[in-house]
Amino acid sequence: MSSFIGDWHALAILFVAGVIPNQIWRMLGLWFGGGIDENSELLVWVRAVATAILAGIIAQIVVQPPGALASVPDWLRYGAVAAGFVVFMLTRRSIFAGVIAGEIVMIAGKYWLG
Amino acid sequence: MALPPLDSQQWQTSFRAFLWGARSIGATVLTLVLFATYLGIGALAHDSGFSLGWTLASTAFVWAGPAQIIVITTLGSGATVLQSAIAVTVSAIRLFPMVVSVLPMMRTETTKRWHLILVAHLTAVTLWVECFRFLPQVPRNRRIAFVHGLGCGLVCVCLIANTIGYTLAANLSPLLAAGILMLTPLAFLFSTARNCRELADVIALVLGLLLFPVAALLNSGVDILVSGVVAGTIAYGVHRLRAGTVRAGA
Repeated sequence: MSSFIGDWHALAILFVAGVIPNQIWRMLGLWFGGGIDENSELLVWVRAVATAILAGIIAQIVVQPPGALASVPDWLRYGAVAAGFVVFMLTRRSIFAGVIAGEIVMIAGKYWLG
Repeated sequence: MALPPLDSQQWQTSFRAFLWGARSIGATVLTLVLFATYLGIGALAHDSGFSLGWTLASTAFVWAGPAQIIVITTLGSGATVLQSAIAVTVSAIRLFPMVVSVLPMMRTETTKRWHLILVAHLTAVTLWVECFRFLPQVPRNRRIAFVHGLGCGLVCVCLIANTIGYTLAANLSPLLAAGILMLTPLAFLFSTARNCRELADVIALVLGLLLFPVAALLNSGVDILVSGVVAGTIAYGVHRLRAGTVRAGA
């Protein structure tokens, strides 16, 4: 059981760093619903920063990969993302096609390298 | 899958509406994308040293893929709790306009605020998109039950995906484990690219990708925030300049 939960400290950190900062916005939306223009200037900036943070996280996983992903050479990870993106654009922005293409390139490349 | 007509007997009870909502997860390709994403999150959590229980709790209580990935990658790479909390707070701001815009679709005269708490919790980008698609086909007084069903169905799919991803990462060959870990950046990159509505969004995405490796050189402990705020603000600046030019030209 303890290996399923891990330590309680990590769970407490999840609530402080993950759950509360996230839920606060949903509950504010519930409380102050109405009267917010989705195209207001402040929200455009907020959305841009949120998008850039997410982009940074994506870059972090690819550039400083965790665990098993670190066994794949840098150029192959970047190449897989690039190939996926090309297919994504060619298929009129199909997320699914892009993901599959990127995966095929990376796994085939790694398999070929041995 | 087609939903029953608005005047059908099928909408007589809230429970039936809940079931129709839960069944609707089979009617969208986004469920597949969500499955792949949470498979990746499960594997990521495993390789970053978190327990399975912790991973499932993060899915059930955070219920926002980007926020979960931020928590896992930042905490897993040794960032402070404060940095993670700030990054999640900023990433989650987008939930505010989503909740604000989705709730009016299911309010009736008799709806109390607490009736909508679970809907607010379940609101994330997938549910938000699907509400605009499905809700016009659901009678107004059954919409909350329908969304509860849809949202709970999606959460269940993601909990299953987490468990599979976590287990696979622990037991698969390094090659396939790497493949599952790669699902996360790919799925997020393309779904974010797809959601780009304005030039500001596109610039923020591209600059955010390019600036992170630069910010990482600073090794400040708040690399993600530095690159995010800088890239986002530049994108916003370009948006403003462009709006100014258009107005001046008109």
